[in-house]
Amino acid sequence: MSGADTDSRAGPAGYEQVLKKTDPSIASFEEEAATPLKRLQHFLHAHPTAIPAIVLVLAILLFSIIAGQRFLHPFNFSLVLQQVTIIGIVGVAQTLIVLTAGIDLSVGAIMVLSSVVMGKFAIDVGLPVPLAFASGLVVGTLCGIVNGLLVTRLRLPPFIVTLGTWSIFFALNLWYSGSESIRSQDIAEGAAFLQFTGTPFVLGQARITIGSILMLALVFLFWYILNWTSFGRHVYAIGDDPEAAKLAGIRTNGVLLSVYAIAGLICAIAGWALIGRIGSVSPQAGYTANLDSITAVVIGGTSLFGGRGSIIGTLIGALIVGVFRNGLALSGVDVLWQEFAVGFLIIAAVAIDQWLRRVSA
Amino acid sequence: MTTAFRRLKSIALGTAFGTVCLASIGTAPALAQDIIVGLITKTEINPFFVKMKEGAQAKAKELGVELRSYAGKVDGDNESQVAAIESLIAAGAKGILITPSDTKAIVPSVEKAREAGIMVIALDTPLEPITAADATLATDNFRAGELIGQWAAKTLGDAAQDARIGFLDLTPMEPTVDYLRDQGFMKGFGIDIQDPTDIGDEDDPRISGHDVTSGNEEGGRRAMENLLQRDPTINVVYTINEPAAAGAYEALKAVGREKDVLIVSVDGGCPGVKNVEAGIIGATSQQYPLLMASMGVEAVVNYVKTGKKPENSPGLEFFNTGVELVTAKPVEGVPSIGVEEGLARCWG
Repeated sequence: MSGADTDSRAGPAGYEQVLKKTDPSIASFEEEAATPLKRLQHFLHAHPTAIPAIVLVLAILLFSIIAGQRFLHPFNFSLVLQQVTIIGIVGVAQTLIVLTAGIDLSVGAIMVLSSVVMGKFAIDVGLPVPLAFASGLVVGTLCGIVNGLLVTRLRLPPFIVTLGTWSIFFALNLWYSGSESIRSQDIAEGAAFLQFTGTPFVLGQARITIGSILMLALVFLFWYILNWTSFGRHVYAIGDDPEAAKLAGIRTNGVLLSVYAIAGLICAIAGWALIGRIGSVSPQAGYTANLDSITAVVIGGTSLFGGRGSIIGTLIGALIVGVFRNGLALSGVDVLWQEFAVGFLIIAAVAIDQWLRRVSA
Repeated sequence: MTTAFRRLKSIALGTAFGTVCLASIGTAPALAQDIIVGLITKTEINPFFVKMKEGAQAKAKELGVELRSYAGKVDGDNESQVAAIESLIAAGAKGILITPSDTKAIVPSVEKAREAGIMVIALDTPLEPITAADATLATDNFRAGELIGQWAAKTLGDAAQDARIGFLDLTPMEPTVDYLRDQGFMKGFGIDIQDPTDIGDEDDPRISGHDVTSGNEEGGRRAMENLLQRDPTINVVYTINEPAAAGAYEALKAVGREKDVLIVSVDGGCPGVKNVEAGIIGATSQQYPLLMASMGVEAVVNYVKTGKKPENSPGLEFFNTGVELVTAKPVEGVPSIGVEEGLARCWG
C-alpha cells in the first residue's frame, strides 16, 4: 500500500529521478485527472514538515497582530523556546518510537524518574555529581530497554506496554522520592551541575538557556541519524512495513530494541533539562509530558501509523503549541481556550495526515 | 483503517483497564468485626496527600481499625473517586474520609454512601454544598489566603496602594480550595472580591493577571513567565502552593527580579518553610494534613461507638484544623509563627 513512502523519504534523489524517467505522456494523463488540490496533496506528502512550518508562520503572524509588540519581542521568542525545551527533547524520543509505528506513553515517567535518581543520588546519597548524573542516564536507558524487550520479545503492543510501564515507573518515582521535592537551593549548593541546563546566556535581546541549545542539538543529531545513516533508514522501513523490512534483511527486533533504549536515554537527558528548567527535583513534574510529546509529534506531521514524519516536524509541532499557549496568554485569553486551541490543532493535524495517506491509495 | 480502529479500541480498553486497576488497589478480605475506614485522596503524587495517608495509617493502627486507601490518578480525576466509594460501600465500610477532586460531581456518590449508613467526612476540601458530607475537617482556606494577604499588605505599607499583583492559581476548573485561597488573599490585601466563589470578576486595578499552575514547579514557572511578559511591573505574587511558588521564583530569578518581588503561598510543607527561611517565599500559611487525617479516623471510630458526629467550629460550617502564618518577618496585627516552629510542624 505505501511502499512509495519509503522511496519518497530516501532523499529527494530517488523519488524525483524515477519521476523524471517516466513517460511524460502518461504523466500528463495523470496530471489531467489530478486537480491542483491533488498536486498539493502530492507535494505535502513528499514534504511532511511543510504544513507545520506554514502553520507556525501563520500562528506567529496571527499573534503579532493580536498581542503586538510584547509577542514579537526577541525575549519572548527565547521564552517560548525555553518553555518548549522539555517537550522538544521528549518529543525527539517520541518521534523515534512513533516512526516505528509504536507509541510511548511512559516518556514522562522515565524523565521524572531519571531526574529524581540524579537528584537523590547527588544530594541524599552523596555520590559524586558526575556519577549521580550518569546513574540517572543509566536508569532512563534501562527503562527504555524494559519497554523494548516487552515489545520485541513478548510481542506486546507498544501502547499497552508503555501504558503499563508508565504506571510502574511513576509509582517507582513516587516511592523512591517519597513524593518530596528537593529544593532548588539545596541542588545549587550540592550539585550545581544538575542545574547547568538552566544556565542562561544573552544573545542580543534574547535569553537562551543551555537546555534550549541541548534540545536543538539533539534535534539536529537525530535528524542526521534518521536521514543519513542506515540505522535511521531502517527505523523508517520498519515503521512503514515491518514484514518487508524483515524480508529486506533488517534485524527488526534489534533495531526496535535500540530505538526504545535510545528513547529512554533521551528521556533521561530531558530529566536533566527539567532540573535546569524548574531548579528543583520534583516528582510531581512532567506528569503530562507523554501526552504533550505525542501532541507535538502529531502536530509536527509525523504519522501515528509509522514510517512517515520527521524530528524537525516535531520541533515545529512543539513550537506551534508553545506559540499558541504563549500568544493566547499574552492576549489575556482564558486558559481553557488554550486547551481548546491545542485540541483543535491535533484534530486538524491528524485529518491532514489521513488525507495525505490517500495519495498512495 | 482497521489498524486505526484497533488502536482506538485499545486506547479505550486501556484507559478503562487502568481505572479499574487503580480503584482496586488496597482491597483485601477483612474480618467481620473489623471497622473499615476508607481514605480517598486526590492523588498519590502530592506530598500533602501522602502525609495525610501516613497520618491516617498511624491512627488506624493505634485504634486497631482497618484503613483502606484509594487515590485518583490526577487532580480532577472524579471517576476513580466514584469507583473507590462504590468499592467501600460494597466492602461495608463504616466511614469514608475523602478529599474530593470534583467537589460537586462526587456528591451523588457521597449520598449513596450515606444512605448505606456510612459516615462521610470531607478532608481538606469541602464538598459543594458543604452539608453533603456528615462533617468536614479542613483548613480554613479562606483564612489561609486572608493571612498572607494581610501580611503582604502590611509588609508593603503605603506601597500596597500601587501594588501590581500576579495570581498563580491551580486549575481552570477553580475547585473550592482554589477560589477560597485566592479570594481570601484578595480580601486580606484589601481588594473588593465581589462574588467570593469566582476568581477573575474583580476590577481592582492592582490586579495584574491570573494564570494556572497545576500546583507544581513547572506550571509555576511557565505561569510566572507569561504573567511577566504581559506586565513586567508585577511586584507581588500570590501562589496557590509552595511548589508553584518555587517555580515562580525560578522565573523571576531568570530575569533578575527575585529580590524585588514579594511571593506569598499556602501549604506549610517542609521545602516550602525552608524557602521561607531562605527568603524565597515571604510568608506561607501552614496547614496540618496529618492532624486532619488522624482526627478523621478518630471521628469514624467515635461514631461507630457512640453515634456522635464531629461538631463544627464556632462560626464555621466545618471543623477547623487550624492554620498558622509562617514568616521570618512578622508584622504587627497579623498573628504568625517563626520559621523554627514552622519547620517543627511541617509535613512532606
